[in-house]
Amino acid sequence: MTNLTVQAKSQAAVSPARRISSLLFRKPKLRLGLLLAAPLSWLVLIYIAALAALLVTAFWTIDSFTSQVQMGFSLSNIQQVLTDALYRTVTLRTVGIAILVTVVDIVLALPIAFFMAKIAGPKLRQVLVIAILMPLWASYLVKAYAWRAVLSHDGILQWILAPFGGQTPGYGLTAVIITQGYLWLPYVILPIFTGLEKVPNSLLEASSDLGAKNLMTLRTVVLPMLVPALVAASIFSFSLTLGDYITVNIVGGASQMLGNLVYTNVGAANNLPLAAAIALIPVLLMFGYLAAVRKTGALENL
Amino acid sequence: MRFSKSAVWSFATLSALVLVVIYLPLAVVGINSFNANRNMVWPPPGFTVDWWVKAFNSAGLWDAVATSVMVAVSATAIALILGTLVAMALSKYQFFGRSSVSLLVVLPIALPGVVTGIALNNGFRTILGVQLSMATVIIAHATFCVVTVYNNVIARLSRVSPNLVDASADLGAGLWTTFRLVTFPQLRSALFAGGLLAFGLSFDEIIVTTFTAGNGVTTLPIWIMNNMFRPGQAPIVNVIAIVLVVTSGVPIYFAQRLSSDSAAKTT
Repeated sequence: MTNLTVQAKSQAAVSPARRISSLLFRKPKLRLGLLLAAPLSWLVLIYIAALAALLVTAFWTIDSFTSQVQMGFSLSNIQQVLTDALYRTVTLRTVGIAILVTVVDIVLALPIAFFMAKIAGPKLRQVLVIAILMPLWASYLVKAYAWRAVLSHDGILQWILAPFGGQTPGYGLTAVIITQGYLWLPYVILPIFTGLEKVPNSLLEASSDLGAKNLMTLRTVVLPMLVPALVAASIFSFSLTLGDYITVNIVGGASQMLGNLVYTNVGAANNLPLAAAIALIPVLLMFGYLAAVRKTGALENL
Repeated sequence: MRFSKSAVWSFATLSALVLVVIYLPLAVVGINSFNANRNMVWPPPGFTVDWWVKAFNSAGLWDAVATSVMVAVSATAIALILGTLVAMALSKYQFFGRSSVSLLVVLPIALPGVVTGIALNNGFRTILGVQLSMATVIIAHATFCVVTVYNNVIARLSRVSPNLVDASADLGAGLWTTFRLVTFPQLRSALFAGGLLAFGLSFDEIIVTTFTAGNGVTTLPIWIMNNMFRPGQAPIVNVIAIVLVVTSGVPIYFAQRLSSDSAAKTT
């Protein structure tokens, strides 16, 4: 009887769960493998496989009669994208918009991010962080639509500017830059704010003790430490601009961006292979950019 | 660093200006939700609560909200599990390919939306031969939501002492018990913040969604897009925006409080 209970107890002590636990404890590599198994399979099997398939699809063609995808190897889509003037114009326009949006956003973000991180007290800082985050929840579409209302010829901007002889820019590329700059601004402010928070106040004090004026401290101490955050911010605004086709539909008038060309070829034109070939342009641009900035350590700041 | 009064004032003024730029269009949206003119002419010729009444009586709108909540909750649940697992792996172990794994997590959000959208559209339809549905939207959303959970959890884990986990093991706790009683309680607020961001990201996503949603899957952003150019419906869209901004204040407030509380505790 006592023997039995002892036996039962020792069996309970090495239950299967406990045995697995101690096995895992002894084998960190196995533990690592188990931790990574699910997320890596998800990301590789779904996302990387889809990207690889996209690359392959760019070399397929579409049967002009049945509009069925024909698997096989053809350079015609790539050739069309590389030689057709339309794609060059739209690519240059898209990149130009992305650069302008990024510059505008960084210029707007720097003072408020600095104020939040280094001047405001903890209470005010918290309020400001919430104030920056809140608009992110106000539906992207509605914000783009709000700018459509603001920029319209019956809109508030015209109403404000008219007494001064000004005029709303109306719908077009300027409107796209304003609207996208507005939409991505929180994504640019937040990484710069986080980057500035990481700059220790003691460094700023040391700099001013050594006689540097405010501006000199900002330029020679803060700015160099802020480079990864600025790059991280620019990755957001760049990628968001390259990947957007809806803002330009709402406020862009007749102009097109890369996203529109991809979208029309998936939907209306139903030419997935050509859409895939066009989509390779933003992929290459982003990979090029990510590779170029990898050394700055910006990717760890995303 | 001591700032001169003029420096403080100029930074404060510039910040205030940026806030005005951020909130002005939202204010216009708010006022237009009461604009009696259906084309939202400025200044409003008169005010009405019709749009608010119409919004609350719109069955299509409520269905779209339900669809979006369903998608966002599912995608967030998946992202919470996957994001926590990757963060635990990368925070504790140095291994070959570690930086590639972290790049892989960031990639779905770092690559432009149309690219993610068309890649998944092509993957589901052409390669796998699957019909687009709500499930395909959830899969797509979960894929780009992993990063928000991952970022929050890994930032928290870097501040948590590894000694606690070792102490738990020394005291005889198994891995699961340690996770349940030691690691998880420390992660709770980071998971809340990351989950909240994932939910918000999914709830508002439109670009990848247009590429991965099947016919009849109408999330709130898709409903808004379908309705915003219809003159009788457009002002309702303004109502939705204001309701979203106001309600979002509550979870953001709690997320902020949680993260500042735990920051105060660990430092």
